[in-house]
Amino acid sequence: MTDTTTATSTGSGARAPVRGRRAPVALARDYGILLVIALLVVGLTLTTDTFLTAGNLRNLLDQMVVVGIIACGVTLCIIAGVFDLSTSAILAVSAILGITVTQSAGVAAGMLAAVLAGAALGLLNGLVITGVGVNSFIATLASSIVFRGVAILLTGGSIVYPLADQLTAYRVMTYTTRPLGVTVSTFVLLAVVATTWFLLSSTTYGRSLYAVGGNAEAARLSGIRVERVRVLALVISGTCAGLAGVVLSSRAGSAQASLAEGLELAAIAATVVGGTSILGGEGAVWRAIAGVLILQLFSNGFNLLGWDTTYQQVLTGCLILLAVSVDQVLRRRRR
Amino acid sequence: MKSFGGTRVLHGVDLELVPGTVHGLVGENGAGKSTLMKVLTGLERADAGTVRIGGQAVAIRSPKDALAHGISVISQELATVPARTVLENVYLGSWAARCGVVTRRRDRERFERLCERTGFHVDPDAVVGTLPIASQQQVEILRAVDRGPRVVVMDEPTAVLTESETAALLALTRRIADTGACVVLVSHFLEEVLGACDTVTALRDGRHVMTAPTAEQTPATLVRAMVGREVDVLYPDLPPVADDAPLLLEATGLSRGTAVRGVDITVRAGEVVGIAGLVGSGRSEALRLVFGADRADAGEVRVAGREIRMGSPREAMRAGLAMVPESRKDQGLLLSQTARDNVTIASPERTSVLGLRRPARERRLADESVERLDVRAASADGPVWTLSGGNQQKVLFAKWLARRPAVLLVDEPTRGVDVSAKVRIHRLIADVAASGTGVLLVSSEVEEVLGLSHRVLVMRQGRITAELTAAEADHERVLNAAFADREELR
Repeated sequence: MTDTTTATSTGSGARAPVRGRRAPVALARDYGILLVIALLVVGLTLTTDTFLTAGNLRNLLDQMVVVGIIACGVTLCIIAGVFDLSTSAILAVSAILGITVTQSAGVAAGMLAAVLAGAALGLLNGLVITGVGVNSFIATLASSIVFRGVAILLTGGSIVYPLADQLTAYRVMTYTTRPLGVTVSTFVLLAVVATTWFLLSSTTYGRSLYAVGGNAEAARLSGIRVERVRVLALVISGTCAGLAGVVLSSRAGSAQASLAEGLELAAIAATVVGGTSILGGEGAVWRAIAGVLILQLFSNGFNLLGWDTTYQQVLTGCLILLAVSVDQVLRRRRR
Repeated sequence: MKSFGGTRVLHGVDLELVPGTVHGLVGENGAGKSTLMKVLTGLERADAGTVRIGGQAVAIRSPKDALAHGISVISQELATVPARTVLENVYLGSWAARCGVVTRRRDRERFERLCERTGFHVDPDAVVGTLPIASQQQVEILRAVDRGPRVVVMDEPTAVLTESETAALLALTRRIADTGACVVLVSHFLEEVLGACDTVTALRDGRHVMTAPTAEQTPATLVRAMVGREVDVLYPDLPPVADDAPLLLEATGLSRGTAVRGVDITVRAGEVVGIAGLVGSGRSEALRLVFGADRADAGEVRVAGREIRMGSPREAMRAGLAMVPESRKDQGLLLSQTARDNVTIASPERTSVLGLRRPARERRLADESVERLDVRAASADGPVWTLSGGNQQKVLFAKWLARRPAVLLVDEPTRGVDVSAKVRIHRLIADVAASGTGVLLVSSEVEEVLGLSHRVLVMRQGRITAELTAAEADHERVLNAAFADREELR
């Protein structure tokens, strides 16, 4: 950080000997994302009258909340070298449990129960993966199916609601706040971002996550308890999913077993698009949020412009592929 | 019939293989045996030189080319498909087929004839993965023999075999040779080479030293031919260790499978103890058991008199051990992180408070440690994979010395580093010992162990076969112990 006075201060440091070859790709990853966001914002501002209105921006923020919360947890997992495919299923179970507890013990207890349920299911994932030694991808795929089943058992296949007199209180996440007029749920996202960001950048646990994902054997030989680090990552991911369940059910005023299906993949996609390495050991919370923002801008843009959303899917898929390719190229350079 | 000149590992080595003979190839670690065989079998390419078969120059660019020219290899790492049957493995890729449809009956007849020829008895329907290692190896040999080879390379084939299996295998090499092929036997067992081969070639430092009929050789003459590596660096002086210096490390009865069998190691304050041995002798494995990197079947480790729980690097670190592992890329470094992060990762006690990182402390600790080892300061902020091998290795040392260990365990301290870094690291190890730290050093370079140790332990097949003081240790004595006669495993 001494000799890079121009706009190319990359933080992670493209240093002298290899700069010429490495810098463009690394820069593409570090700043390409921000550039894409800027282009999308400028483009949408110019082509629509509606994009840059307070209403639409608030709407955009609201749309980012649920997937954003999950993506933060998923980011920690991916950095540590584990996958969590069960987040949306945990979200559903948590939301249902939250409403069930609300019915008997009140709104606060219900929401707390939902978050704790998320943590517990995350712990279950972690114990299966590290205890039995199953690949996390398969293990959480299986557990997500189990959790969805549990969600159906809990609801009997129907929709659950808080009691009529609790409904207003339960929908707390949709309240707008002064002076910006954004909803409470936006602040929940901010809190999650701040917490996970702090965890990752300023705690020894955060260092352990990078170390475990970057080189598990080296981490183990450096005295890091690899399995414990990974279990905790899954617990955090589960907790985030539980919190996302609270937000989503609060918004809907209800919950059902099929809540948020497919959201686990959207969260992973956003994480990867943001530039967190799918191979572990590299990544950041801001990247998750940047990824979520890009995907939401796509969807918002297609909406505002009235374009066929099929193309949106194609574009999103290509973007994921591009992100993963850049990651691969960066990794290959180091051989 | 064949000759080549070499890569940087090999320096103009010529080798002639005569049909109908068994040809032994010996040399110590890094002498170039494996590389030479890899060149011959297409796994690696020589920078210069040619291979001629029957006077015709041929190009061997891949294992497939080698096979096409009748060169097959039986390596230490078995190349079978464990989930399939013996029959399918033997005819892997050369199944008898009619219009793409496999005809098992014909394979079976071929297999019976093959077994008769070799004298092996393996059930063709057994699943390879369920067979003992010796039988799995037979499957590979059957496959090689079936292809009617001109040259069969066997790389340490007897290392995993019992005595009777070894005898059977050596008898087979003769039978293969009798079919008009040449068998190349690469082995650390000198008695075996002398017993089974017609001719033996010794390599040293990638150079051809001697090719002679085995009848004229004894194990002692072979060892002498292998000794005498050029000294490329000067070793630093080690201050003497007092006889009453406290025992910092006492490891007793360390065992793990057949890799390490009842090894005792002691290290005193200020002492450098070196472990020499061939690849696979159990030297690295013993070191890893001390540090808890692998689980031990039996044994006890005491650091400064206190017994520590085995099998946990974390516990070992807490007790004052540190280990620079064998492979810096796979076991040592976080390649995408900075030198600073790599140095401080193992010292959370000194760089954090209640689980919170203290960047200023991290920077101070890293700068102190890195400065001591003169890693170029400019590179401390870049990812370590951009550093040279020597600087990477220094970062690894800095990481562990930052913990101020009571005993430093070092595995291959200078593998893949340039000469100046090598000298610097040797100097460092001597300094560390002089400051009162105990050092346990493992290296495949005998000269390095000799040059840096107060005391040398030599390992062979998981056991310590010699303990020599610096005064009595020389290259020949170490090699004699390292090549000591084989004994029944188990």
